Amino acid sequence: MNNALQIVYLIPLLPLLGFLINGLGRNYLSKTLIGLIGSGSILGSLILSIWVFMQVKDGNTFVAEYFNFIAVDKLVIPFALKIDQLSAVFLLIITGVGFLIHVYSASYMHEEKPGHFGRYFAYLNLFVFSMLLLVMGANLVILFIGWEGVGLCSYLLIGYWFKKQEYNKAANKAFIMNRIGDLAFLIAIFWLIARAGTVSFDELFTAVNLAKLSASDITVITLLLFIGATGKSAQIPLYTWLPDAMAGPTPVSALIHAATMVTAGIYMIARSHVLYSMDAAELTRNIITYTGMATALLAATIALKQNDIKKVLAYSTVSQLGFMFVALGTGAYVAAVFHVMTHAFFKALLFLGSGSVIHAMGGEQDIRNMGGLGKKMKITYGTFMVGCIAIAGIPPFSGFFSKDAILLSAFMKSPVLYAVAVFTALLTAFYMFRLLIITFTGKFRGTDEQAHHLHESPMAMTLPLIILAVLSIVGGLVGIPEVIREGGDKLSAFLAPAVSSMPHEHHLSHSDEYLLMGISTGLVLATILAAIMVYRNYQRKEATGFAKVLENKWYVDELYDRIIVQPLHWLGGFLKDIFDLKVVDGLVNGAGRLVNYGSRQLRLLQSGQVGSYVLLMVLSMVLIFAIQFFLRK
Amino acid sequence: MPILNYIILSIALFSIGIVGVLTRRNAIIIFMCIELMLNAVNLLLVAFSKMHMNTAFKAGDLAGTAGTDGQIFVFFIMVVAAAEVSVGLAIIVMMYRNIHSVDVNFLNRLKQ
Repeated sequence: MNNALQIVYLIPLLPLLGFLINGLGRNYLSKTLIGLIGSGSILGSLILSIWVFMQVKDGNTFVAEYFNFIAVDKLVIPFALKIDQLSAVFLLIITGVGFLIHVYSASYMHEEKPGHFGRYFAYLNLFVFSMLLLVMGANLVILFIGWEGVGLCSYLLIGYWFKKQEYNKAANKAFIMNRIGDLAFLIAIFWLIARAGTVSFDELFTAVNLAKLSASDITVITLLLFIGATGKSAQIPLYTWLPDAMAGPTPVSALIHAATMVTAGIYMIARSHVLYSMDAAELTRNIITYTGMATALLAATIALKQNDIKKVLAYSTVSQLGFMFVALGTGAYVAAVFHVMTHAFFKALLFLGSGSVIHAMGGEQDIRNMGGLGKKMKITYGTFMVGCIAIAGIPPFSGFFSKDAILLSAFMKSPVLYAVAVFTALLTAFYMFRLLIITFTGKFRGTDEQAHHLHESPMAMTLPLIILAVLSIVGGLVGIPEVIREGGDKLSAFLAPAVSSMPHEHHLSHSDEYLLMGISTGLVLATILAAIMVYRNYQRKEATGFAKVLENKWYVDELYDRIIVQPLHWLGGFLKDIFDLKVVDGLVNGAGRLVNYGSRQLRLLQSGQVGSYVLLMVLSMVLIFAIQFFLRK
Repeated sequence: MPILNYIILSIALFSIGIVGVLTRRNAIIIFMCIELMLNAVNLLLVAFSKMHMNTAFKAGDLAGTAGTDGQIFVFFIMVVAAAEVSVGLAIIVMMYRNIHSVDVNFLNRLKQ
């Protein structure tokens, strides 16, 4: 291995340094300096990532070991970073999109007080650091450090405006839901250590070590890892934290949804695809597929009736993550990674675009109070529309290619699954264009003051939008299906040494493949037209019937509250009021009261009567003699 | 004289002492009863000491040192008793000066 490549540790280290400088100096540094340090550290990582990507492209994949992180008996876990095709792609996504979000943030958060501004950038840098560590870790333990790090940072950033109790609750919710998944992940790691004796990817995924795992081991481990992924990547049943995570500043939402955090689960499963591809993991694959599909469908229906611009996007992310899990479950790992990439582009674009809207509206997030913004905010409108088209999946925008790959994989699994997936994709197109039409066209429905205040966002905010829009348009071109152009699927070819999709059992003829693409594209276009017709003259009205169920998110939060939170509260109340007060305090106070009572009784012996003392003395002596006399052998 | 006689006398004296201590309220009489008990014990010690010496002499111990430790104890007890008497009487005198009585039941104020 090339010695110069050892310095890949700088990639995560730079954001960590940025975190330390901004975090410690937040009260002393000026806002400009904080912004420069925050963005600059990510830019440094981005440049290094590009360099690493070039190296990997030349075939230089390697593992850089630095020191022993844990060494106990035969178990040695080194602090090692793994650079291969998969991590190189993720590095580019994280640092690239992350950098744009940092630049955008510097302008978006400019009205914050300097101390808070520094705190914000420190958290943001730590977030990127954790995510970089996650994708670079050469074993599951290092990955887990990053995994926990992103969980912590999401908590810190969702609760960034900590003066609002509601936001703190959202932060707690995110953290606790993640912990549930983390526990499963941790158990999976322990299980692997116990059975295979190693957690390093290179050693683990060799025939020798895989042979140590029985079929049931593999099923359990893959399931546990998947449960870990459901927490981080917001799948049923642990998805409810992600929409609530909208409490954080909008660029943070973009970071969570696009570059960091939610893609961690996808990455982890793609990284351990060797386990998931084994025959023993078929049950797990099916569970992943159906969980992903159910999540995608459920979230898409909820998104249809949300009125908060960020909530729509949040549910859309949950839905798209569901798509990625369908891809993982059907063995199309490359399609999942591809969708992660394109999704990072257009979802970051959409979130930053919504941030631009919220900025212009002075904090207003309810789309019922917007409308006609397109006239005042041309760049935001244009880029937002690009994002919508990309996510809806119209060729040649990026979303089309990645979604098509997933749909194809679903079709191979079963036509029913394909039908549901296409239906979900149509819902996606519908709610995205509903959002676009209601927000940017028609008449303005807000207050006069807001109307007066409306303006296009500054350059630092629109430039990232434009760059992301360009990426959203062309990003899909790295994965053109083979049927359209021979050798067009460059991503698959690039990822092949690290990750390759499971081969399909039967092959689809070219005409069938074109037919599937044609069907989905045609239906999506029809849906978009329908959405435009329905919402062209949008009037605010109360939701009724089924729409109300959707607006209230199928009452899932209420259901969780009823079956999990309230029983826990009841249990807590029981332990506090009954068990603690009566049993524990009873024991403690009882011991004290017993001593008190006993001494009050013993005190009576001390009567002060000399006669009684003597009498007692004599009686005891007689007693002792009697005992001596009778008990003698 | 058989040893039993001494033992009976000692028990009688000791019991008289105990009963006296338990029943009387006059501090001086209690004091005397205590002395009675001490002397009952002394008597017993001397009696047993003499008995041991006789048995040893018959068995051929002509030096006649067996059992002398019992008699030494008696001297110790006498010394201690004398010391105790001097202290005890002093206390009784002080008590009489303070409360003009030697009734021990008046002493229950000690508990406060």
